[in-house]
Amino acid sequence: MTDSAAQPKIRIRGLKKSFGKKHILRGIDLDVGKGESVVVIGGSGTGKSVLLKCILGILDPDEGTIEIDGVDVTKASRSQREEVMHKFGMLFQGAALFDSLPVWENVAFGLLQVDRLGRDEAKKKAIETLAQVGLGADVADLSPAELSGGMQKRVGLARAIARRPEILFFDEPTTGLDPIMADVINDLIAHSVRELGASAISITHDMASARKIADRVTMLYKGELIWDGKVSEIDNSGNPYVDQFINGHADGPIELDVRAA
Amino acid sequence: MNPLALIGQLVLSLLQTVGELTLFAARAIFQGMAGPYYPRAILRQMIDIGYYSLPVVGLTAIFTGMVLALQSHTGFSRFEAQSAVATIVVLSMTRELGPVLAGLMVAGRVGASMAAELGTMRVTEQIDALTTLSTNPFKYLVWPRVLAGFLMLPLLVLVADIIGVLGGYLVGVYKLGFGPLEYLNRTFDYLETEDVVSGLVKAAIFGFLVALMGCYHGYKSRGGAQGVGAATTMAVVSASILILTANYIVTEVFFSS
Repeated sequence: MTDSAAQPKIRIRGLKKSFGKKHILRGIDLDVGKGESVVVIGGSGTGKSVLLKCILGILDPDEGTIEIDGVDVTKASRSQREEVMHKFGMLFQGAALFDSLPVWENVAFGLLQVDRLGRDEAKKKAIETLAQVGLGADVADLSPAELSGGMQKRVGLARAIARRPEILFFDEPTTGLDPIMADVINDLIAHSVRELGASAISITHDMASARKIADRVTMLYKGELIWDGKVSEIDNSGNPYVDQFINGHADGPIELDVRAA
Repeated sequence: MNPLALIGQLVLSLLQTVGELTLFAARAIFQGMAGPYYPRAILRQMIDIGYYSLPVVGLTAIFTGMVLALQSHTGFSRFEAQSAVATIVVLSMTRELGPVLAGLMVAGRVGASMAAELGTMRVTEQIDALTTLSTNPFKYLVWPRVLAGFLMLPLLVLVADIIGVLGGYLVGVYKLGFGPLEYLNRTFDYLETEDVVSGLVKAAIFGFLVALMGCYHGYKSRGGAQGVGAATTMAVVSASILILTANYIVTEVFFSS
């Protein structure tokens, strides 16, 4: 029997993923504890999104295990997999709101389709969740196309937390936002993770965001995690790759890939 | 490149596409039928395919019926068989032109829109978002469209048959000088149930194919706006070719029986 207190919420071992001859993930080991917020940093094309998609079950890894609460989702049955998916909430880089549905139905999507709540009750909960991310009831009936980028991110966050998930994922949550709106989103993310007591994995190359939402930071470079430590230790990591990345220097050991992964 | 290698590559690529399409169709049907069902999504697709396609299918049908009456009159008058015009119009519409033209028009209108919608959802990560919300995209997106195509195209074709016959009637009575009752009698004298049923069976198959190709190409699209554009084109072209191919096969089956 596994000791549930010591068991990480997410345990990844030896994760590998390639597309043709291009090796994107080359053996990732990562643990995320209960209530812990881990930020994966790294440049474009280093495999951050692929890592996240493997954990979410959107991509099938070539090798390795991904355990969620002790269940290896790479070998789980469909029903086990669906049970695990119920624990997830995800904020996408472009918010990925369903443009055929009004804002409130986007937020209440899981409540309507998975929990099968009535439309009136689901709308009430959606409006409550919108309030948690600082949006009023007046946006509930708007179409996502009528919202600014920052508001779309907030709606995406509301959709991610509406079913009170145990694990939250954030994919470049501040990309494309002005610095003030980025800070607002960072605050909302940090508050939501704390309030839900959820574990969180975020991927970003925005260091201000990483410093604000992370308990722990890990750096991905060329498909491998090359550094892992507390966010307070990142400025004294002693790792030249981390130093170059967080300071944004053009010169250093990191080689820039010009082609997307 | 070696021509043999090129031919081999093309054959392998074709086989791969056929295999992928078959698996896609099987996933859509079996996963969709297993539930949970999304009645609002199914209803929305039924309205989109059935109701909103009525104008374009209706216009196609009425002009086709009118042209059929004129052309068959031109041909049959050469050997004094003008009285067959009404029969030719109704048989051509119900057995052939109703389902094929409605199928092609719906492929252009609905197949293209399905590919564009799903393609955009793919490249903007909306399909991935569905997965993270514990919702199977095959059950929520593909099955409602395929089911609605399968159910609604026969209804559209039934309407097209009636409008096509009406077009023939208008030309027959007001231009070619047939008596109204005479034209209607000749329309129904030689019409058999099988004529209508074979057309409706074709329509159901065409509706399934149009929706399947729209969903398949949209779902698999990659690479932003250009990828979505290519998926839309492929959806219409492949659905049109499959409609014409399936039309011959089904006609052959009914003809043989």
